[in-house]
Amino acid sequence: MSAVNIGEILKNLWAGSGYSMIHWQQVIMIVIACGLLFLGIAKKFEPLLLVGIAFGMLLTNLPGLNVESAALFHSEWWTGEAAVANGVDYVNILQHGGLLDVLYIGVKTGLYPCLIFIGVGAMTDFGPMLANPKSLILGAAAQLGIYMALILAISVRFTGEVAASVAIIGGADGPTAIFVTKELAPERLGAIAIAAYSYMALIPLIQPPIMRALTTKKERMIKMDQLRTVSKKEKIIFPIAVTIITCVLLPSVAPLLGCLMFGNLLKECGVTERLSDTAQNALMNIVTLFLGISVGATAQFETFLTFDTLMIVGLGLLAFCFSTAGGVLMGKLMCFITKGKINPLIGAAGVSAVPMAARVAHNEGKKWNPDNYLLMHAMGPNVAGVIGSAVAAGFLLALF
Amino acid sequence: MIELIAANTKFTVPQGLLLALVGFLLVICVLFVLMGFIYLLSFIVRLIENKRKASTETGKTEEKGSAGAPALAPGSSGAVKLNNVDERTAAMIMAIVADEMQTPLNELKFISIKDVTEEAK
Repeated sequence: MSAVNIGEILKNLWAGSGYSMIHWQQVIMIVIACGLLFLGIAKKFEPLLLVGIAFGMLLTNLPGLNVESAALFHSEWWTGEAAVANGVDYVNILQHGGLLDVLYIGVKTGLYPCLIFIGVGAMTDFGPMLANPKSLILGAAAQLGIYMALILAISVRFTGEVAASVAIIGGADGPTAIFVTKELAPERLGAIAIAAYSYMALIPLIQPPIMRALTTKKERMIKMDQLRTVSKKEKIIFPIAVTIITCVLLPSVAPLLGCLMFGNLLKECGVTERLSDTAQNALMNIVTLFLGISVGATAQFETFLTFDTLMIVGLGLLAFCFSTAGGVLMGKLMCFITKGKINPLIGAAGVSAVPMAARVAHNEGKKWNPDNYLLMHAMGPNVAGVIGSAVAAGFLLALF
Repeated sequence: MIELIAANTKFTVPQGLLLALVGFLLVICVLFVLMGFIYLLSFIVRLIENKRKASTETGKTEEKGSAGAPALAPGSSGAVKLNNVDERTAAMIMAIVADEMQTPLNELKFISIKDVTEEAK
């Protein structure tokens, strides 16, 4: 038996450990991931997704875990030249891929965003929108940010695909942003998902100053009439009709909108309570878990620590601001046309972010008139915004 | 899916403006169509429900009307108007009259029974 060379063993252990191959950029990524974990856990910024995204980001940037044999995620298999030219080799991924590679299949195929939309649909009550169909106009106006960001992203020389992916952040809809980006600019998925979810969490800080700047005190104090009761029949027919009308016009929107409406039909039809319950809870939670960690894994230092990421974060913020402004300005116009029957604050809820944006509009209205209950009125544009951003996504996907 | 624009195209700002304008108008148009559809849907549903409500109310009124009048016994001609006569006496008088006339009670029609004692005095 040969003598045990402790020195050699320790040397090999050191050479095989991640500490020997650490890169300064990985240190930065680990700090960013820890920062996002802090925001998710301590500040409760969209914790259900941000914690998963940050942890995926942490795992994928740990030194030693990014070498070929031990890698949890191989970005080159998804966005490398071979993948772009010949398509993703799923057999290779299933045979030799890391854990996060396997989980990422659900993102790349669009499975997770669509399953999340089933859950979102099962949790959404379209009643306030059906009671006040004019709120659809507010939901449409609040998509302004998507198109303003598209122009700005094009003007800073992003390609059409990246510009479209950045622009969709303005829809304030995480699954939609992921669905568009995985298709058009998968190499930017990490940055775009983090920007989208971070800004959604920051809505209570981003929106109120814009709402106050664009409205008068008198407008903010407007009390709106009580909404009519919506019959069960209307609630059942609506998801079926929207699917037919919208998906025939824009087939590219069918996976998202179809799933949203399917989830809503499960809730409203009254005969699939078990399925509705599963979509709202178990399914939603499981998919959120996989989605967060696998999206976070795409944020590797090679693609994340670039000037483009800063541009994406900046443009995303502008997109949110423009969307809020678009909704509020349309609210002002409708307030003027209806001779003061619509409180323009509810226009800000037209950015999707259900129900956070509606709550912000309600709280803002209550600040100026304590007897004002805008929540149900704001839920109309809020759910209309989900449809609006899905339609916008369908247009961008059809275009590029 | 049909690809309308070549991959990795870089656009000029006016081209970007045009794309944004078309996209924004499309969203507005789709949501306008949905708004119109919702108005139509609620109009039709309310129309059907109002009709149903009206027919249900008519049915209820008819039921109420028939429930208001006491159920008639088979062969009966309706109620007898009693003036200062208690029911027991009236029943006795009707039985005596039927017996005197040799006619079954259900073939006779009493319109009213009046106590005339006071008037005679």
